[in-house]
Formats: sequence, C-alpha cells, structure tokens
Amino acid sequence: MTDYSSELERKDPRKAWILRNRLHPLHQQMVAETQGSVQGAEVRGPSGLLRKNPHAVGFIGPNGIKRIDRQGGAGVSGADGNGNASSARRTQVEESLPLITLDAPSAYILVVVDMNNGELSAHDKDVLGQARQLADQAVEETAVVTLVFGEVKAPLEPGSNPNHALALAGADRVLVFADACYCGFAPEAQLEAMLAVERDYQPQFWLFPDTHLNGNDRALRLAARLDERPAMHAWQVKNNTVVSRGGSDLTDISRSLSDDAASDSALDSAPRILSLASECALPVDEARYEAQLLPTPAVPEVLTRIQDAGPVAVDPNQIALGEAEFILSAGNGIHDWDQFHEAARILGATEGASRVAVDDGFMPRMRQVGATGTWVTARVYIAVGISGAVQHLQGIGSCDKVIAINTDAGCDMVKRADLSVIGDSQEILAALIERLQQASDEQTGGASDAA
Amino acid sequence: MPLNALDSQTDTAAGVSIVTLVSVGQHPSSGRARRADQDSKALELALTLADRCQSASLNVLHAGHVSDAQHQAVLREYIGMGVPSLSVLQQPSGADVVPAISARLRGLQADVVLTGSRAESGEGSGMMPYLIAQALGWPILPAAVDITALADGEFEVLQALPRGQRRLLKVRAPFVASVDVAATPARQTAWAAGQRGQLESVATDPSVLPDTVMADASIEPARKRPKRIAPAKKAKTAADRFKAATAKTASKGGAVMVNETASDKAAAIYDMLVSQGVVK
Repeated sequence: MTDYSSELERKDPRKAWILRNRLHPLHQQMVAETQGSVQGAEVRGPSGLLRKNPHAVGFIGPNGIKRIDRQGGAGVSGADGNGNASSARRTQVEESLPLITLDAPSAYILVVVDMNNGELSAHDKDVLGQARQLADQAVEETAVVTLVFGEVKAPLEPGSNPNHALALAGADRVLVFADACYCGFAPEAQLEAMLAVERDYQPQFWLFPDTHLNGNDRALRLAARLDERPAMHAWQVKNNTVVSRGGSDLTDISRSLSDDAASDSALDSAPRILSLASECALPVDEARYEAQLLPTPAVPEVLTRIQDAGPVAVDPNQIALGEAEFILSAGNGIHDWDQFHEAARILGATEGASRVAVDDGFMPRMRQVGATGTWVTARVYIAVGISGAVQHLQGIGSCDKVIAINTDAGCDMVKRADLSVIGDSQEILAALIERLQQASDEQTGGASDAA
Repeated sequence: MPLNALDSQTDTAAGVSIVTLVSVGQHPSSGRARRADQDSKALELALTLADRCQSASLNVLHAGHVSDAQHQAVLREYIGMGVPSLSVLQQPSGADVVPAISARLRGLQADVVLTGSRAESGEGSGMMPYLIAQALGWPILPAAVDITALADGEFEVLQALPRGQRRLLKVRAPFVASVDVAATPARQTAWAAGQRGQLESVATDPSVLPDTVMADASIEPARKRPKRIAPAKKAKTAADRFKAATAKTASKGGAVMVNETASDKAAAIYDMLVSQGVVK
C-alpha cells in the first residue's frame, strides 16, 4: 500500500483563489474555515509564516468608509464593541482637567461680568479668558476675581467650587453682590460696591465686557469717579498694548498697558479700566480654577437718585424682526390667519412668515424670515406650518430653541426643531390659546385669592 | 405700547430748562463732517420734550471753534431742525471741554441735559456725559429713548434695553441722559432755517492741559479685525484627532409628538415656552 499521507503541505489552488477574491460568494465561508475562530488579522500561514490579512483590520465608520485604528483600540471604539470602555476613559479625561489653585494672591484683576439671567454669556467668557491671559503673564501671583451683581444661577459653596461654570471660565475668586439693591438698573449702588472693592483689593485691572448698557455703563461710571482714562471698545490686548476702536470705528488707538516705563507720563497713561469687545480672547478651556467666594466688602449707604420702575410692556410687532426675542412664524400650513394673529397677540410674540406666506400676500414682506428676508436671532422660534426650506433654515440659524408645528413628520423643520408637534396647526394653535388663557385665569385667580 | 413713546399724558411741568449738547459728527464711510447721528437724536428728543412741557426753554450747546466753514455748516444743520440759536463755547482744539460745559450748564440752571452716547470722531470713548455728570454731581442715565416730565421736577425716562425691550426709570431734575441709537430718528433739517438761526459765540476761559494720554497713544486707521478661527480641538494623539474626525455629530433632533391629543401637544409647547422664560 502506498502511504499517501505526507508531511508536504497540499495546496488547493481553488481555495487560494477564493480567499484572494473577496467578491466570491464563498469568500467569507473560506476565510472562516481557514482562520477558524480567530478573528484577528494575523494568522499562521500554511508555511508557518505569520500572515497579516489587511482586510480583517479596522471597522466600518459611520459614513460607510473603512477606518483603521492603529492603536489597537486604545483610543477609539472599534468594531469589537469596546466603545463603552473608551468613552468611560474619555469622560475621565474630561473630568480631570487640571485644577489650578492660588493660595495667597498678591495682585488682583477684577472682571465685572454681565451675567444676564445668572449665566455667563459667551462675551463674559471671552473677557474672562483675556483676564486669565493678563494674570498668567503677570510676574506677581495674580488672581482673577469675578464680580457679579445679582444672583448666580448655579449656587456657589463657601470655599472652592472647581466644577462651577465660573471656575471653568477661569475665575480664581468670586465676589457676589446679590442683595436686592444691586439688582435691576442700580448703577449708583453698583458703583459704590465697585469703589469698596477698589479700596479693599487695589486691583491691577478692571475688565468689563463692551456691552452698551451693562459693561460700558459701569466702566464709565467707575472711570469718571476714579478719574481714570479707560480704554473703551478695546478689541485686542497683545504685547502689553491695548488696541481700542475710536469714534465711528474709523481709528485704532493703541495704548501701552505697562506701568514700568521710565517717564511719568507713561505712568499716567496706562489704562487700568478696559472695556473689551467680544472675541477679544479665547475662553479658558484647558484648566479649572477655584472660584472661591470672597467676603463682600462693607459698602457704605448710598443715596439712590435713579429709581428702576421696572420693564415696560412693548408691542412685540414694533420690535425689529432681527432683534426680536420670541417669534411666531407662519408658513403655507396656516389657513386661519385670524387665529394666527390672535395666537401671536396672546403669546406676546413677534410675527414672522416664510416666503410662501409673504408671496401669497398673507403677510407683509418685512415679516419674511430667511436668507432672502431677515436673519433672525430669536431665542425661541415657533414655526407653524413651515416645512423648512434651506433659505428659511439659514435665516433661523442662530435661534436657540425652535418649536415646529407641522403635519409632515419628515420635513426638514422637524429635523431642526427642539420640539416638534405633528398635527393640524389650527387645532394645536386653538389648544395653545386655550392653555394660555387657562394659565392667565389661574394667575389672576391666584392673585385674587392671595389678596 | 409703541416702542419710543411714553403714555401721552398732559405734562404740567412748567419752566423746564433743557440743554442738548451737540458735536460735529463724522460719516462712518466717507469720513465727512456731518450732523452726528446720536446728537441729532438727542436734539429730536429735546424738541419733543419741549413741545410737551409748558414754557420749556431749550438751549443747544457746542464746545469747540467755528473757524472751519465745514463745522459751521454742520452746526447750522442742527439749527435747521427747529431751534432759534446754538451757542458755541469757544474752545481751542485739544482742550478739555468738560469744565467749560459744566460751568455753562450751571449758569443755565439746566434741568435735563441730553447728549449722544458716543462721539463719532476722535477717541469716542463715551466718557463725556459721565464726566459732566461727575463734575456737576448729577445722576446720569444711559440709553434714553423718551422722557416725560411729571410734577415736582420728577421725570420718567424710557430706557432702551437689548432686543427691543424697554425699561422705565424715574429721576429728579437735574440729570444728564445719553440717548440710545434706538431713539426716534431725527427730523430733517431745513437749510434756510439753519442759515437764519443764530450761531452765538460764547467766550470761555480755555483750560488747555496737554493730553498726555493721547500723546502717548498711537492712532492709526482701523485695521480689519481678524476673524476668530474656531478653536482647534487640542487633540493630544492621532487617535483623538481621528475620533474627532469620524465621530457622529450628536443628533440635534428634538422630541417629536405625533399621537398625543392636541391639548397634550399644546401643554408641551406651553411648558417649553415657560421654561425659556418667554411666557410668564
């Protein structure tokens, strides 16, 4: 008998051909046979050599394109389902932003933030980022102190608050004047508080956001009282020089920030009070600071000659569409226009319209929202019966919250909206009007009960 | 309520002395001398206030010099808005005008002083109204759009807030108010009336102190502000950059309500409006 068994490797050309040809219907099956349960890309070949299968590495990314992770799953969630582990690692990294502490600061930079509604605006964060740069360049141990008039939305604990929004924005210390006398338009009390801070801390700089009614008003009052020459409308602080815009934005005025110049005139001319335009510096994003609450200095009593009699109700349709805060916008899906106007009146919203509604003559051209009409900046935008043409979506690009009322659940406006309500607009507007009237009845009822 | 008008109650205040401070403006594009936008709005507001009050006196002040024919023409445009005369406090260029103006305001026994909020030429810091108020010890109200006089020297000032909102302030005369850009646009100026009106020159003692601050500063034509580059994600490793490039953007789609009743849907919308603070 001839023994056919042999040490020699038998080659199967057909099998090899199928393994080479990824499009062959039997390819997957053959790969599974040859590699067995081994899923990895490295296999011992028939001759004992380590074979690398380039087709088995990587995973299919979200766009359907193959992605190869050369760190062996260390950084990315691969196809092997270790996504949870890596995202956990990532959140850990985010949590452990380095905490920078300052025990005994010898100098201070004061930042008076606007903090409308008790939250830092993007402009406030830019100014804090600028303060951070100035403090980090300083030779002395300089602390960035944030001065807040009114309530802070997220509460501040006594001691260190490394996870507070103020700490993430770069504040070492926080001073809060939250008494009722500092809230609203109270420039006299606020000025007196700033003067008390000036006496106690002798800050190196006072920084304000360049906002007409809050930042600039405070900066100018403080400068007039301290007999300082402020740098208003400053847009760049670089190389120890502050550049501010002159009248009509026609000139750039550069002033040196340094006090160490030999001449006396330089001593006088260095500005201490800066009002900074938005985007003057990048906000802080790589470290956390302490945001430690400082005790508020004693503020002397002040005679208030300006009384704040509160906000005045304005006709929302008189507000320019571009600066309105709350817009109710109508499109092709509106059939009962009287009801729409009634809803806008009861909601207290400024009326807007899509191009179709304007073209059909239901709304004036000045009410058109979108690329060909007005680019709106509303905080809340309700789109009734607007499917969301690209031009319209461009026009509402900077809106904060969008609510869609539409019959078509698949339209583009529903994809953009934060809350979408699918149904007949007439029915839903009627229910909304009813709900609002009910709420106002409750309020008046509650008030009469309380009385 | 309309944006720039307080309740049109009949004003009974008599003998109110209103002073408007005007300057020579500069056109933002051409740079030509013109009627300053905010100053003419201040004068418009003063004219409206004077119409409402019984026997109000309105003075228009300018501190500077009128040797320049172009400046004179601009000042006559203010007169052409409907005031009989304009006083020019003679000041050399580069002088600190605050002492002269505050002395003149004291002399006029002004109740209401109206100014623009920012000059259109020069430094344009907006300090002037604050310095005058500081020198006189009067309160200053920024961003006024309308003023009405109540009894007993009390005034109501409508203040412009961002986003078209308005706030009411109460103050006693005398006070300084700077006018917001949102105030009622100025009326047209009549050339012939401007030529007929008087440009009174008032001699004042010039207090020329050298302006050391501006002497040290360098003043150049405005550069275009560099556009902020979106802060590049500071990825430490290639894997981080890779992840940033391939990561799916978080779905922005919000809640979708399809099968609920109309009242439930309305309630959801109402709750969102309340949480955003647009409906009380």
